[in-house]
Amino acid sequence: MRDVAIIGIGHTKFGRAAKTSLELFSEAALQAVDDAGVDLKDIEALFQGAALSGFEEGQLMPAAFSAAELNLGPIPATRYEGACASASVAIRDAALWVGAGEHDIVLAGGVEKALTMGTSFATRTFAMACHAPTEGPAGLTFPGVFAMAARVYAQKYGIPLDSLREKMAHVSIKNHRHGALNPLAQFYKKLGDLKVEDVVNSRMVADPLTLMDCCPFSDGASALVLCPAEDARKYTDDPVYILGTGQGSGCPLSKMEDLTKPVSRITSARTAFKRAGLSPKDIDLAEVHDCFTIAEFIALESIGFFDWGEAAEATAEGQTDLGGKLPVNMSGGLIGKGHPIGATGASQVYWIVKQMHGDAPKGNQIDPIPEYGMTDTLGGDFGTLCHIILGRTKRGA
Amino acid sequence: MAGRTQEDIENELATEYLVLTYADYEAGLREGKLLGLRCVPCNKITCHPMPVCQWCGSRDLERTELSGKGTLETFTVIRVPSEGYEDDNPYIPCIVKTNEGPSVVGRLDYDTERATQDLIGKRVKLSSTYTYKGDKYSGGPRSCPVFSVID
Ligand SMILES: [Zn+2]
Repeated sequence: MRDVAIIGIGHTKFGRAAKTSLELFSEAALQAVDDAGVDLKDIEALFQGAALSGFEEGQLMPAAFSAAELNLGPIPATRYEGACASASVAIRDAALWVGAGEHDIVLAGGVEKALTMGTSFATRTFAMACHAPTEGPAGLTFPGVFAMAARVYAQKYGIPLDSLREKMAHVSIKNHRHGALNPLAQFYKKLGDLKVEDVVNSRMVADPLTLMDCCPFSDGASALVLCPAEDARKYTDDPVYILGTGQGSGCPLSKMEDLTKPVSRITSARTAFKRAGLSPKDIDLAEVHDCFTIAEFIALESIGFFDWGEAAEATAEGQTDLGGKLPVNMSGGLIGKGHPIGATGASQVYWIVKQMHGDAPKGNQIDPIPEYGMTDTLGGDFGTLCHIILGRTKRGA
Repeated sequence: MAGRTQEDIENELATEYLVLTYADYEAGLREGKLLGLRCVPCNKITCHPMPVCQWCGSRDLERTELSGKGTLETFTVIRVPSEGYEDDNPYIPCIVKTNEGPSVVGRLDYDTERATQDLIGKRVKLSSTYTYKGDKYSGGPRSCPVFSVID
């Protein structure tokens, strides 16, 4: 396998978009192509995450039509659907195909128009990534699944639920503080100075998760240009290398041994570390899937950044903030930046690359510039997991 | 040229891959029974219905009926329902670990205003069935078990 580099990145404003999903993706893709300094005619394949496009705009095959919008010709253009992990899975496959030597320059990314659907319908379609036969009739929603996980976490680690809710609030406070500094975030210049009571006292969505424990529905797109690592310096002075990826699949909730220790996530993260030849202590920053505050704790522990049951207290202590042991979700995460599900994984990679270029929004740049970063993306209720480890130097270099 | 006999073809078509279908399982629920599968090699119980044992993967399975009793593993009170579930709001989805081993997702019949963390670990039993009326995305009506706290 050849090593693979990211040579161009693009990202639309997240929030509510009047543009169609094809327009949103084109915007992100053209930014990425311009950033890489490649020509559209050099793109050999398109790997696009899109989870709910049929429900949002009645648009199946968004990948094929995105390729057509950009006049890329009859190249392979494939939609990836792994619910909220769709773009990460698309990027992973793009890297594998470039690594395998099938393609040289490819576009990878994702797009979604979830905010346009409205809360009730979006909640219904998101819940379709649950196990339909068993979790469907029970009326489980995604906040509901993570609310159940929060209760297990509190029970398992002997944390009174009210105390856990306060610790979870720190995830929302931190990620909104970061998101408020990010001009492309849905909540730019908003909610930047939340207090614990603002989070715990906001409207209850699925007990014990309040509205402020939840990420928003969002519209948006993000895209990357990838090429073989050996060619990367022809295009850019600061390529970022994909050092390792992992993917894992889950099962119905009822078959999970422990909602707070998803095997799909543990397996995916371990695979990514093994491929990269790195371990959790090597990672300088992470963008993790904070769809709900409790989800950030579960992510941090499953990846191995903190021991089981310790991410809650570590977060409340500021260990995942700028200057802490491991800065997490400096972009604002899903909570502060927004969560256009098919685009989220690409956005996570985009913001790690920005950090590695020293180009993060003012107040959010890690100093010194991070050497290794990692993304963690979760689709559904632990049904699809994907991890991507990025570095500023090639493996073995 | 050698080919398969009509008998071979008919035997193949008669192979039963699903000992208990999801339709059987839901019909059982509506009759007050929690149906599952007993694995012949490992003797463990699988529920909901699957084509293989959820523990060892064997396809050598027999139908069985579970007691319907178990322990409440976790739950939530949904207050922002998805489209199609507005009439139920608020309601309590839950996960129950059955006495026989497998966990099942269902609903808890309990006062939503009094549903607090101390419910976790309580003994529960199958008390009724909830049938979602279905919408254009659900493939028709679907049923799940409803549990009540016994102590
Ligand atoms: Zn078995």
